[in-house]
Amino acid sequence: MTRTGSTCDLPRCSTCRLPSVRHADSHGLTAEALATLAPDLGGFRLVFANGHLVAELSTMPDPGSGVTVASLASVLATDPDRLEPLFAGRTAPADGMAALNLALADDGAFIHLATGAHADAPIHVVFCTTDVGHPVLASTHSLVVADPDSSATVVETHIGVGPLAGAACANAVTRVVLAPQATVHHYTVQDLPDTAFHLGVVDVIADHDSTFTAHTLSLGAAIARHEVRVHLDGDGADATVTGLYQPAGNQYHDHPVLVEHNTTNCTSRQIYNGVLDDHGHGVFNGRIMVAPAGMGTDATQSNRNLVLSDRAEVDTRPRLEILADDVKCAHGATVGQLDETAVHYLRTRGIPEPAARGMLTYAFATEMVDRIGPPALRAWAAQLVADRLGAVLGDDGPPPDANPDAGTGTGTGTGTGTGSVHTEEVTP
Amino acid sequence: MTPPSNEVTELAEREYQHGFVTDIETEVIPKGLDEDVVRLISSKKNEPEWLLEWRLAAYRHWVTMSEPTWQKAHYPSIDFQDIAYWAAPKPKPKLNSLDEVDPELREMFDKLGISLAEQERLSNVAVDAIVDSVSVATTFKAKLAEAGVIFCSFSEAVAEHPDLVRANLGSVVPVRDNYYAALNSAVFSDGSFCYIPAGVRCPMELSTYFRINSAQTGQFERTLIVAEEGSYVSYLEGCTAPMRDENQLHAAVVELVAHTDAQIKYATVQNWYPGDAEGRGGIYNFVTKRGKCAGDRSKISWTQVETGSAITWKYPSVVLQGDDSVGEFYSVALTAGRQQADTGTKMIHIGKNTSSTIVSKGISAAHGQNTYRGQVKVLRSAQGARNFTQCDSLLIGSDCGAHTVPYIEVKNASAQVEHEASTSKIGEDQMFYCRQRGISEEDATSMIVNGFCREVFNELPMEFAVEAQRLLSVSLEGSVG
Repeated sequence: MTRTGSTCDLPRCSTCRLPSVRHADSHGLTAEALATLAPDLGGFRLVFANGHLVAELSTMPDPGSGVTVASLASVLATDPDRLEPLFAGRTAPADGMAALNLALADDGAFIHLATGAHADAPIHVVFCTTDVGHPVLASTHSLVVADPDSSATVVETHIGVGPLAGAACANAVTRVVLAPQATVHHYTVQDLPDTAFHLGVVDVIADHDSTFTAHTLSLGAAIARHEVRVHLDGDGADATVTGLYQPAGNQYHDHPVLVEHNTTNCTSRQIYNGVLDDHGHGVFNGRIMVAPAGMGTDATQSNRNLVLSDRAEVDTRPRLEILADDVKCAHGATVGQLDETAVHYLRTRGIPEPAARGMLTYAFATEMVDRIGPPALRAWAAQLVADRLGAVLGDDGPPPDANPDAGTGTGTGTGTGTGSVHTEEVTP
Repeated sequence: MTPPSNEVTELAEREYQHGFVTDIETEVIPKGLDEDVVRLISSKKNEPEWLLEWRLAAYRHWVTMSEPTWQKAHYPSIDFQDIAYWAAPKPKPKLNSLDEVDPELREMFDKLGISLAEQERLSNVAVDAIVDSVSVATTFKAKLAEAGVIFCSFSEAVAEHPDLVRANLGSVVPVRDNYYAALNSAVFSDGSFCYIPAGVRCPMELSTYFRINSAQTGQFERTLIVAEEGSYVSYLEGCTAPMRDENQLHAAVVELVAHTDAQIKYATVQNWYPGDAEGRGGIYNFVTKRGKCAGDRSKISWTQVETGSAITWKYPSVVLQGDDSVGEFYSVALTAGRQQADTGTKMIHIGKNTSSTIVSKGISAAHGQNTYRGQVKVLRSAQGARNFTQCDSLLIGSDCGAHTVPYIEVKNASAQVEHEASTSKIGEDQMFYCRQRGISEEDATSMIVNGFCREVFNELPMEFAVEAQRLLSVSLEGSVG
């Protein structure tokens, strides 16, 4: 992929709208309120309220260490040359919201991992929407730059202090640039109030032998569109893009996913599960693109949906576009309900039907929660998923996993058909 | 063998029936399309007023539509005013023996294993050599009539069974359905009509009939098949033999109506001219095919083997309206050379406990681009709907492409929808195994490809399955190694 051009929107925009003290207040977000909304993951933390850094709630490493965790605005103010190469030479964004983000964003997270640096604990970036008495569009532009052989886990959480007086829209773009052999695990937990709007993009460029994972939990918001785009530009790069969406009520959760295999021997997998209730509408729009140079590609894509209500709607579009021949690509998608034989089995063991259904639903959802690495994050995610499924689980539903390392382990029997992903080569 | 003279006469008559008369040919209509052309076509065919109105409604809507461009194929834009919309079929030059046939074509026939008699018929060798087939055809026609099956050209049906045509025409593909369907509705020349009365099992595979009476394919063909309650019919269009045609754009419409407990099997083998090595001059096959399972427990099954045409763009679909109705789609699409195919199906689940199966096999070789695009839609009313989709792609060579674009939309919680697909090249271990047994690379490829497509070939009438296998081998020639 060539990325030419010389648009440099962010610095230009920022010269007309430099972050000021006015922006740097806490928007009413207190440490106590934050503690109830997001867990302490034990590492560095950046907290943004309506798109602006709340310094007193953030913890940042000492300058000069291998790991930089700072606000983009502060880097722009003190060391703009550091950002120049990350913005210069980029083509203009293809979609309107990304362009608007580039034009309007004046802050975001800046995470830089120097060569060989390893961040031990997850770096937590909290985007919080608070009530400011009027509609608000929070545009943030974050960067994660991983130099060769570095590694880190980055957790982005989108939360809100409800109720929100006006329409609140978060338009968050995160760009991840991986140098050779770098590793970044990126998590997005979106648990905004059900009146908010969320537009998120995670755009990743991966150089050779780098490893990237993106894990998305879409739980909140009225309308949420969380997009993940991974460009595998170096030989042997690997990407895992997974997610869980749980639209209920009148929620709409949209998940465009693109993985581009632009060169040889890259591997990728996409795994998304959806649980749809009430009038919820879930969309998975996944794409694998294999360029003519993408020889030796091994890519898979799986999307499974559990529909709990007659009014819910699910659209799934797992797409493959392949322009090379030495590839192995497979995808599978299923839409279905709980396995009635599994429900029956549990009932024969004396478990009431609502509880049996709740257990199986919870097990289906937590398959994706179990993929979360950091234990504190996994425990919190399990709690959020259980809370959201509350109506389904009923009073007798299983408690969220107290011991996250044990896992729920009920992968089978939650099934929605047998849409397994076939990865074998063609057998005549 | 000595040809009985009465059969020769019959044959001559048959050709007249199909409109091979010189007086039509002398009429020339200039290129271009407007209302007058539509009226002229209708008047030339002595059509009733209602059909003319129907055509005009289609035309008037067509002019308000814009040409669709969302398909994954590239071609220069079509000048719809540069097409002559009325062309009387021209008789092909008669040949005296097979020796006069283009040797390349003969070689192809041999590879496909087409019998000598049939080769002669396909290449239009003088009639007396093929009387055997003709007598068979006559027997068939008598047999069909006895069962009450109506099977005739579309024009004939309009003249003789106007009520049947009027009740069903456009009931599955409305004139406003899409750009090419509207165009077809305005200017369609002729086609086939088939009606199976209630409780009748069509006494023969209409495929067999077709092999004897190769249907003249027109540029804007229209096919309508109606299966009444409890009836069954198996229909095959096309032919494995290479078809050359002067018209580059083909926009046909096929409508199937299956009433309660009726079953329609529709198979297509398409081997139109794919263009030269640079992709010039091939046929654009932009067809709208749709079946409606109108009654409960009805079943419609599409099987297609698409190896020809420069561009294939079609989605044989089933509207599953009756409760417990069944839709099936089996497809093999091969793109070699510079061919492009964007094909698949739509299964629209409306009735309760409807089920559909989709099996699609795409093969891309050389510079071919092959896209499976399919929609499975479960409406709120479709309690207990079930779909299984499998689409596999095979890539041969590094310059081709294979794309899978499924759309799954579910609005009913009791629906079960499964989709799975894989894309890969021919396994090196399989190739090695064949090669070390002394099988040439080309033969090995052909074997593996045929194995890959077996699930679909099993759905074809037996003799066609054999030919379709050979056809794939022939189409792949020169793409390997």
